[in-house]
Amino acid sequence: MAPLLSMENLVIAYGAREVLKGISLSLDEGEIVTVLGANGAGKSTLLQAVCGLVGIAQGTVTYAGERLNNMKAYEIVLRGISLSPEGRRVFPTHTVEENLMLGAFTRRKHTGEIAAARERVHALFPILKERGRQLAGTLSGGEQQMLAIGRALMSSPRVLLLDEPSLGLAPILVKQIFDIIREINKQGVSILLVEQNAHRALGVAGRGYVLENGRIAAEGPAAELKSDEKIQEAYLGGAALKKRPS
Amino acid sequence: MQLLLEQLINGLTIGSFYALIALGYSMVYGVLKLINFAHGDFFTMGSYIGYTMLVFGIAAATAQFGPWTGMMVALVVSALGIALVGILVERSAYRPVYRAGRLPAVVSALGASIFLQNTIMVIWGPRYQAYPAELIPAMRFQFGQISITLLQVIILALSFILMAALYTIVQKTAFGSAVRATAHDRNTAALMGINFNRVILFIFTLGPALGAMAGVMVGMYYRQISFTMGWNYGLKAFTATILGGIGNLPGAMFGGLILGVLEMLGAAYISAAWKDVFVFLILILVLIFRPTGLFGEKTAEKV
Ligand SMILES: Nc1ncnc2c1ncn2[C@@H]1O[C@H](COP(=O)(O)OP(=O)(O)OP(=O)(O)O)[C@@H](O)[C@H]1O
Ligand SMILES: [Mg+2]
Repeated sequence: MAPLLSMENLVIAYGAREVLKGISLSLDEGEIVTVLGANGAGKSTLLQAVCGLVGIAQGTVTYAGERLNNMKAYEIVLRGISLSPEGRRVFPTHTVEENLMLGAFTRRKHTGEIAAARERVHALFPILKERGRQLAGTLSGGEQQMLAIGRALMSSPRVLLLDEPSLGLAPILVKQIFDIIREINKQGVSILLVEQNAHRALGVAGRGYVLENGRIAAEGPAAELKSDEKIQEAYLGGAALKKRPS
Repeated sequence: MQLLLEQLINGLTIGSFYALIALGYSMVYGVLKLINFAHGDFFTMGSYIGYTMLVFGIAAATAQFGPWTGMMVALVVSALGIALVGILVERSAYRPVYRAGRLPAVVSALGASIFLQNTIMVIWGPRYQAYPAELIPAMRFQFGQISITLLQVIILALSFILMAALYTIVQKTAFGSAVRATAHDRNTAALMGINFNRVILFIFTLGPALGAMAGVMVGMYYRQISFTMGWNYGLKAFTATILGGIGNLPGAMFGGLILGVLEMLGAAYISAAWKDVFVFLILILVLIFRPTGLFGEKTAEKV
């Protein structure tokens, strides 16, 4: 079976500078796949390319048998891909409820479906129900993160792209967010997860890719990546370092 | 006291013109961060279309059905016509240069303004034109010592309705929410599935249409219109936009009304010749103490 979402030899450049230099990656229906990499490796760029926010220089992005290259961002959302962007990007002067409704903008004619989506989101993040009328800009960082994910879910996507959902959260909240990611996946949403917290990301994901200098340096089942020494050294707090003779 | 109250009413009347025009500047700036210099000329052209309708197009209709029909037809035709002009200007003068950055867009806006002004001059001639007299019966309402004309009542009521309608659309509807989201963060708005070109279409039809209706009302109020009047009204309305806080719609409305009232009070109590100096002095003072304008952006943002 063909993957739900795939990239083939994707090249992305900002001006003359190539940030992604030929990436091939795939996400099957029902999977959680994680993309790891250092700061500036091009992880956010990769997600933005899928969403149509940055132009594709070479290669293809395919989703459910359709080429996404050259499609506008709003047309891609309509097809069922939703991004929770890095840094939350909630609309600060809209209320929490208005932010959620914007997430459902593509479904605005289907009120029944929106009500169901809102119920699911409220069940995952009860705080969003409680704070419905609060301006999003006055939420705490963690609450804003929940809102960003909740908002992305309001369009009832088939594919959810998450860009560093655990960034800047307290450890308890980090665990909670990853539990929720697993729960969302159980509800049938395929997830492409970009993370700095490699330990947790490899915990929820089935497979992973490691991005280095615009290329894929390693890929495979999460369990294999976890036990890979080079990856431990670079992304898992240098567990491998300790084993070195001094 | 009587002078004060009457100047207040006069001020609110011209303030409504400024407010309606200011909304167009503010909407375009909010979404594109572009100062649409052609906007004053949308206003002028709207006024001339209204003039043509009232003098030629529907003189017969007016004779037949009375002044109300004539006025409404003039307003609607002018609004629709200028909405179309707004779209054409956006497509031809602005859209091709968005990517080039802000400065080229400003130059292009100035060019569009000069082009429109000359178009108006070629079509309607360089001399003043006059709206028909007695379009609206010259009735006056007397409240104690203050009197207000029927035309002023119409202008105030119509402006209020238009502003309330726009406010409701922008604040309460799903599409209005999308417009505000786009003004705030274009990329994230696109991720919500909002089509940027639709938003552009919205602001470049409603803004010019409101300006055009202000143009028709100015024609009815002062009767005399000229092809260069867009500069003066545009400048005042733009000042009102800054006064209220650019990009903020209630700010543009109240900025316009406040500016009109200040102008009329300045004219009455200081000197008619110096009223503009007075107005700009107030603007400077406001900007010194509140650089974001009276209603400047809410600062709920976490940075
Ligand atoms: N709009 C842009 N214009 C120019 N360069 C950009 C732009 N966006 C990103 N870059 C550059 O592309 C590279 C990859 O950026 P990207 O944001 O994709 O990295 P990332 O892997 O998400 O990093 P982080 O973990 O810090 O979020 C960086 O070197 C960045 O400076
Ligand atoms: Mg990033």
